[in-house]
Amino acid sequence: MSTVKLTVNGKAVSVDVEDRTLLVQLLRENLNLTGTHVGCDTSQCGACVVHIDGRAVKSCTVLATQAAGSNVTTIEGIAKGEELHPMQAAFRDNHGLQCGFCTPGMIMSSIDIVNRHGGKVDEATVRQELDGNICRCTGYHNIVKAVLDAASRMKVAQAAE
Amino acid sequence: MGVEGIGASVVRKEDKRFITGKGRYVDDIKLIGMTYAHFIRSPHAHAKVKGIDSSAAMKMPGVVAVLTGQQIVDDKIGNLICGWAITSKDGSPMKMGAWPAMAPETVRFVGQAVAVVIAETKNQARDAAEAVVVNYEELPAVADVRAALKPGAPQLHPEAPGNIIYDWHIGDDAAVKAAFAKAANVVSLDVTNNRLVPNAMEPRAAIADYDAAEEHFTLWTTSQNPHVARLVLSAFYNVAPEHKLRVIAPDVGGGFGSKIYIYPEEMVALWASKKVGRPVKWTGDRSEAFLTDAHGRDHVTHAEMAFDKDNKILGLRVKTHANFGAYMSLFSSSVPTYLYATLLSGQYVIPAIYAEVMAVYTNTTPVDAYRGAGRPEASYLLERMMETAARQLKVDPAELRKKNFITSFPYQTPVIMTYDAGDFHASIDAAMKAIDYAGFPARKAKAKAEGKLRGIGVSCYIEACGIAPSKAVGSLGAGVGLWESAEIRVNPVGTIEVLTGSHSHGQSHETTFAQLIAERLGVPISQVSIVHGDTDKVQFGMGTYGSRSIAVGGAAIVKAMEKVEAKAKKIAAHALEASENDIVIENGEFKVTGTDKSIALPMVALAAYTAHNLPEGMEPGLKETAFYDPTNFTFPAGAYICEVEVDAATGKTSFVNFVAADDFGRLINPMVVEGQVHGGLAQGIGQALLEHAVYNENGQPVTASFMDYTMPRADDLPSFKIQHTMTLCPSNPLGVKGCGEAGAIGASAAVINAITDAIGNNKLEMPASPDRVWRAIHG
Repeated sequence: MSTVKLTVNGKAVSVDVEDRTLLVQLLRENLNLTGTHVGCDTSQCGACVVHIDGRAVKSCTVLATQAAGSNVTTIEGIAKGEELHPMQAAFRDNHGLQCGFCTPGMIMSSIDIVNRHGGKVDEATVRQELDGNICRCTGYHNIVKAVLDAASRMKVAQAAE
Repeated sequence: MGVEGIGASVVRKEDKRFITGKGRYVDDIKLIGMTYAHFIRSPHAHAKVKGIDSSAAMKMPGVVAVLTGQQIVDDKIGNLICGWAITSKDGSPMKMGAWPAMAPETVRFVGQAVAVVIAETKNQARDAAEAVVVNYEELPAVADVRAALKPGAPQLHPEAPGNIIYDWHIGDDAAVKAAFAKAANVVSLDVTNNRLVPNAMEPRAAIADYDAAEEHFTLWTTSQNPHVARLVLSAFYNVAPEHKLRVIAPDVGGGFGSKIYIYPEEMVALWASKKVGRPVKWTGDRSEAFLTDAHGRDHVTHAEMAFDKDNKILGLRVKTHANFGAYMSLFSSSVPTYLYATLLSGQYVIPAIYAEVMAVYTNTTPVDAYRGAGRPEASYLLERMMETAARQLKVDPAELRKKNFITSFPYQTPVIMTYDAGDFHASIDAAMKAIDYAGFPARKAKAKAEGKLRGIGVSCYIEACGIAPSKAVGSLGAGVGLWESAEIRVNPVGTIEVLTGSHSHGQSHETTFAQLIAERLGVPISQVSIVHGDTDKVQFGMGTYGSRSIAVGGAAIVKAMEKVEAKAKKIAAHALEASENDIVIENGEFKVTGTDKSIALPMVALAAYTAHNLPEGMEPGLKETAFYDPTNFTFPAGAYICEVEVDAATGKTSFVNFVAADDFGRLINPMVVEGQVHGGLAQGIGQALLEHAVYNENGQPVTASFMDYTMPRADDLPSFKIQHTMTLCPSNPLGVKGCGEAGAIGASAAVINAITDAIGNNKLEMPASPDRVWRAIHG
């Protein structure tokens, strides 16, 4: 057993876990943050993507102990109260989700894509960089639309800050 | 149409919980005292179970129980069944082999469960499962459908000699022989419809909770049809009586058919919960999904089409072998028969059709309905046939189709179906215009000059959806009725709850069903709640599959709404001292025509519940129920055209353009409809280019993870151009046809037709991987 101290969605937490515990298990089972999903067992589907120190990471591929001391953000932590993150709003407005299971991971990956490119993304870039997130419902058409829409919303939001 | 009524692309009410991580899927639920199940599964495709030694496992930390197949048989839990009876040509019933929830004696596919460990934690259950020793005696196995029919092939079930489940036929053999005798041209084609794995992103899961004091079970499960699950678990599997079993399907992360069926894991969880006296949770991982979720397709077909000298179709002859896997899944028998061969007329006048279908056991995962279910196989066969014919007859493929289109409705095909409405010219014309079909030869020439191989492919599909009326499906062998129910509760304050027996796992019911209420009663959709997925709340329902939710479930809501309106009008007339016949409903107000007198819906509702001043003899309350059974199937149809470019050096296919022109009848929410089409197209394209569930000759699956089975990803697919044409469906009050499966039904043939056009070689099977395409180009 190990005690893992980390910050999750801005809150300092300390959790006792078996050494083999994955970050996604810590989030879902110990902290009851069930928005982060598990869709596969081979690190392929991306339903479990969270941000560790601002970078998108598959939380099924990180041991909880490896995340000690880091700052983890999950889907539950990106809205400011009732105000949705621009990526969340864009997914809703562009019908970028159907069953909703891949959505948290999609949103977390997409925020990272837009951030890494300084908001300058085109369809080809978005399609290529969403390669690590599988969706079975949408055919990606509206996800790509949502990410491009969010990229311009995030630019506006940044300019306003 | 109001701003939120029929035809409005309003954003979805259900989205907020999903985009904020507040969705509630089965695995998100925890119960006090919950234990965890881990199944021990056969690594062999065919073997005798000689013994199970769980003594070491029982000593491991946290282990509560190890339960085996023999115990479930001893406790008289019923075998899994197929609920659609098919009769062979010779009049004999289909041959169903016994399928216990865990195998006591014989395993027949890799992944079949033989025992289950119940432990305090998931990890403890998994660890202990490693310590259970199962002694197997391997038997010869067979995975290929044709190999399974050969003399001397391994035999799976004593009930099914020769591995044959049924040898069925439909149509008129003599008429087809006569048609071929007078043919000017005969075109023949062999196609394989590749086996697919549905892969809804949420793996299956179940939590069972037995209350010993009440002798009552609650099951949370990833189901498309919780009431059907309750019915089957009660009536056939003997797990619990119906009134002592509550089935809840909360948020479900996609289904595509794979979550229709009642699987062994749910049965075992319920049974085990009673045995250990604690809640039992099982969450499948992706590897288990590949091994145990019902697969789709897997047909091998030879077909011939006869044409007269004017290129009019005279007849069609089809012989299909369908691989059913090791057991007959719940609706498996209907897929290659009444959902396949009855659609073999496609969009065409084909005077004579004869189809034979042989269903065969193999040592593979059971096969059942997957998005489209039989109709993609029919559409793929026919549309590859039309393309092949056009090439052989040296005519334009679009023109050959147009020449043979059905143009007057209703149209009785030679294979049961009566198409009620359609306009096939309208959809192909819309698609041809959107893709600039006329300009293609110039684009192909230009691409050729640049060293690229460009092709265009057409696919004109028709499907039968709704999968009803009940009387019709009953006459064809269905074990259940396929109507739908709805209940509308107008609360005393005028807000509305709609209880539906259909289930949303991505289809957007919470929005589109509320739009139906907004349209008629003028209530904003924020004032309407859609309740589904709980057998304790919803009286009964048949669930979601076969693109039936709006055509059958939506129509049931309309029927219940008509009853609510009728009663509300009586109350309003009484309050306004007017004649009931003079009351009209506008924007949520009940008005007396020709006057300024009106009363708002909340006041009518309040009057209904205070019951201080109701018309003489009227019962209080404003709540109505309807069961709706349609008068016919619905027939969505459309034309898909895609343009591709193939790299001759690598065999890789890239999309230049993909156009879909669909006729779904009236659209409730076009944004949602287009989303359904996008998803269907992705699955159809996935089948055509990427996806293939492969077994080696010993029945070992070799594509049992996302590392090996190629799922369509964002950069495999293009953005789509979606067009709509519309003929109203006359068989339901909304004029709707359903849109959930179309993309998966029509897309694959368009893709293969385009690639084979590009490379100038018609011999190409799905999935058209770069390797296969390269070989087709270079020989």
